[in-house]
Amino acid sequence: MDCKLEINEKENKVMGKVNGEVDAFTAPDLRDQLLEVELKKGMLVELNLEGVSYMDSTGLGVIVAFYKNITAKGAKLKLTHLSQRLQRLFDITGLSGVIHIEKEGAVGDHERI
Amino acid sequence: MSKEIKNQYMSLLGQYLKYQTERNLYLGQNFSRKLVQKNITPEEVISIHKESLEEIYSGSDNFTEDMRNALDFLTEFMIQYGLALGKQKNLLKKQEEMDHELELAANVQKTMLKTTIPEIEGLSLGSVSIPARKMNGDYVYFQGDGKRFVGIGVADVVGKGIPAALCMSMVKNGLDTLGQPSISPSYALDVLNRIVEKTVDDNMFISMFYGRYDLTQSIFTYASAGHEPALVFKEKTQSFIELESEGLLLGVLPDVHNLEKNINLETGDMVIIMTDGVTECRVDDRFIEKAELIDLIYKYKDQEPQQLAESIHQEIEMLSNFNKMADDLTFVILKKED
Repeated sequence: MDCKLEINEKENKVMGKVNGEVDAFTAPDLRDQLLEVELKKGMLVELNLEGVSYMDSTGLGVIVAFYKNITAKGAKLKLTHLSQRLQRLFDITGLSGVIHIEKEGAVGDHERI
Repeated sequence: MSKEIKNQYMSLLGQYLKYQTERNLYLGQNFSRKLVQKNITPEEVISIHKESLEEIYSGSDNFTEDMRNALDFLTEFMIQYGLALGKQKNLLKKQEEMDHELELAANVQKTMLKTTIPEIEGLSLGSVSIPARKMNGDYVYFQGDGKRFVGIGVADVVGKGIPAALCMSMVKNGLDTLGQPSISPSYALDVLNRIVEKTVDDNMFISMFYGRYDLTQSIFTYASAGHEPALVFKEKTQSFIELESEGLLLGVLPDVHNLEKNINLETGDMVIIMTDGVTECRVDDRFIEKAELIDLIYKYKDQEPQQLAESIHQEIEMLSNFNKMADDLTFVILKKED
């Protein structure tokens, strides 16, 4: 698992990309890296999960904790490029109704119009 | 170190210097075991060795200054070995203590979270719940009034081991407090969510399925808080339905209203509730597919629910090649009888 975060102070935006398997072994690393983001009011944190091949409930726990922290600080979280399997995980757990998830192709459709 | 040890060592060494026999070596080996028991460190042994040589060779030139210096050097050299050895001993002792405590905790958990499968005419139930490690992060709860209602809860705490197991008692206490088999599944989950949200850490949550069967109307009412969808086997059409539900995991948001749905059961119909240990079970490099699971259930569908749950568990264990199970694994089966 690796996680790259790019902070754009000017636009108050953080772009992140997570790769690999997020499970009980790697989830603590992800949590530590996400904790390093200095959250500010109105900040948008966008996590691209395209490279995540597998996520178990521990990984989901890290995302939930991050989401709670972000909401408490008045910032926003967006998840993008989820694989089908990951999307199903967020659907079953009801998290896709709470966390903003950009569905595959949604941006493309918009741009075409 | 005591004088007695030094004297004993000196006499053994003296014997060996005179007669290099197997027996004298053997006596030395036995004595070294005794020193280990008495926590004598390696560097102390070397210093005993040096002092003994001093005495044995006193007045002779055979024990040279160079040899003395070399032994002093070795004494310093062995200090780190002594420290490492001490640390390892401590760790082993601590680990033994922890293993013992874990064993006790697992037993307490078993007693505390024990649930009895209710017996009601017209319904048979089966349940299997196998922990991946010593303590189970899955939980099955049954309650019945012996006449009309049976309530079944299946919960899965994020993570495994002790933290997950501790969380489970919260779910049990919540359900015990609600304490009625007739309780509405969505209400039960709403209340549990409030308890869990207030109590657990931000990165903890619980997925849970709660169902209630009403024998007089043959209606199964269910709600799910982010749990793996249950399956229903319809005897008449010999087909499976997935009980989709969109409830949120327990412990994410403070106020959640779960929806509940109903399904009519006819004789021979079965409800199969599982945890994600089943669907997240790895077979070689992939996961077990829902279709494979359905095939498995179908293969054994004529068995009694308890037997059926055990058969499926065995097959899954075999499919995953008896790898140590990655996750706790739970199956609950409810079948409407004549």
